[in-house]
Amino acid sequence: MTDHARLLNHRTFTELGARERARALLDRGSFRELVDPFERLISPWLPGQGIVTQADDGVVIAKGTLEGEPAVIAAIEGAFQGGSMGEVGGAKIAAALELAAEDNRKGIPTRACLLLETGGVRLQEANLGLAAIAEIQAAIVDLRRYQAVVGVIAGPVGCFGGMSIAAGLCSHLIVTREARLGLNGPQVIEQEAGIEEFDSRDRPFIWSLTGGEQRHATGLADAYVADDLEAVRNEVLRCMAGGPVEQTRSRRHAQYLARLATLGTPCPLLTAADVRDLYKENDQ
Amino acid sequence: METLTFQYPAGRPGRTRALVGCVGSGDLEVLLEPADEGQLTIQVITSVNGASHRWQQLFERMFNSQTPPALHIDIHDFGATPGVVRLRLEQGFEEVGHD
Repeated sequence: MTDHARLLNHRTFTELGARERARALLDRGSFRELVDPFERLISPWLPGQGIVTQADDGVVIAKGTLEGEPAVIAAIEGAFQGGSMGEVGGAKIAAALELAAEDNRKGIPTRACLLLETGGVRLQEANLGLAAIAEIQAAIVDLRRYQAVVGVIAGPVGCFGGMSIAAGLCSHLIVTREARLGLNGPQVIEQEAGIEEFDSRDRPFIWSLTGGEQRHATGLADAYVADDLEAVRNEVLRCMAGGPVEQTRSRRHAQYLARLATLGTPCPLLTAADVRDLYKENDQ
Repeated sequence: METLTFQYPAGRPGRTRALVGCVGSGDLEVLLEPADEGQLTIQVITSVNGASHRWQQLFERMFNSQTPPALHIDIHDFGATPGVVRLRLEQGFEEVGHD
C-alpha cells in the first residue's frame, strides 16, 4: 500500500535549487545572501566563449543561523554549467570559508556547510578555476580546526574533480542515494580505461561504485540520509553539534594508501562488494 | 549568443526586486528590478541566435493583454521554449507584486 500521507508530507531536498536549499537549511527568516545575484558578479570568461552567464555564477553564499548559532552555507547550483567551479563562484566559496575562519579567531563561532553539486573545475576557466578550488581546500583545512565543516552531496549532479577532494577534506560528509562522489566522472573513466572496463551508460554499475550508498558503506562518507529536507537538516545539525573533528579522513591517508597498495599492479577489476571488503579492513 | 533589448510602456513601478529561474538547459534566469514609472526595459542574453522575432512576439502577446509593472528585466536564456519563458515572466511579475 502506498503511504499517501508520508508522500504528501515529504519535502525533497535534491529537487531544490541552490538558493532554496540554503534557505531551507538555515533557521527560518535568518537567510541573508552575500554577493547576491543583483550585484551581477558574473564570470568574465564565459561571454567571450559564447556562453550565457548566470548572475550569481552558480554559487549562492548565505549567512544566517543554524539552531541559533552563526552559520554560512555555500550552495552550488548544479543546473548551471554542471555546477562547474569558475573563478568567481570558486572565489565566493573560498572567501566565505576564510571569513568563517576569521570569525572563529575573533571568538564568533561561525560554522560552514557546503552543498556540493559540481562536476569540478569549469574547463572554460581552466587554471583560474583550479586555483579557486585549491583556495577552497586550504580554507576548509583552516576552518575545520575550529568548527566541523559539513559537506552535503545530495545529487543529482554529484561531486567530482577537484571538488571531490574538497569533499574529502570536510569534517563530515553527508550523502543521499542520488549522490555520487568520484575524482573522475564516468565518461572520463570510460575514455581512459575503455568501455569494457567502465561503461558510463550503465547507471546501476556507476552508482554501485560511486553512489552515495557505496561511499557510505566504504566509510568515504559519514552519513547516508534519505532525500528529505528534515533528514538532511537534522544530520547537518548533528554533525555541527559535535564540534571540530580531530581524526579527519584526510589525516588517515596513510591507512588508505597502505590498503590500496595491497592491490598491486595491474590492479584486478573490483566489484562494489570487493571495494566494501577492502575498506572494511581499512577501518580496523 | 545574442544580446537583444526591448522597451514597452508600463504601469506603476514593481514593489520589489525578484529573481526566478536558472541558466540551466531549457530554462532561463530572470532578474526583475523596479524602474521609473511607465517604462519597462528588457535585456535578453540568449544562447539561441536569430530568435529576436520570437522574443518580440512573445512580449507583445503578453503585454497586449496585461500592462506590466515598470521594471528593468534581465533575461539570461539557455534555450527555453516560449512556454517556459512566459511561465517564468508570470512567476517574476507575481513576485514583484508581493512585499
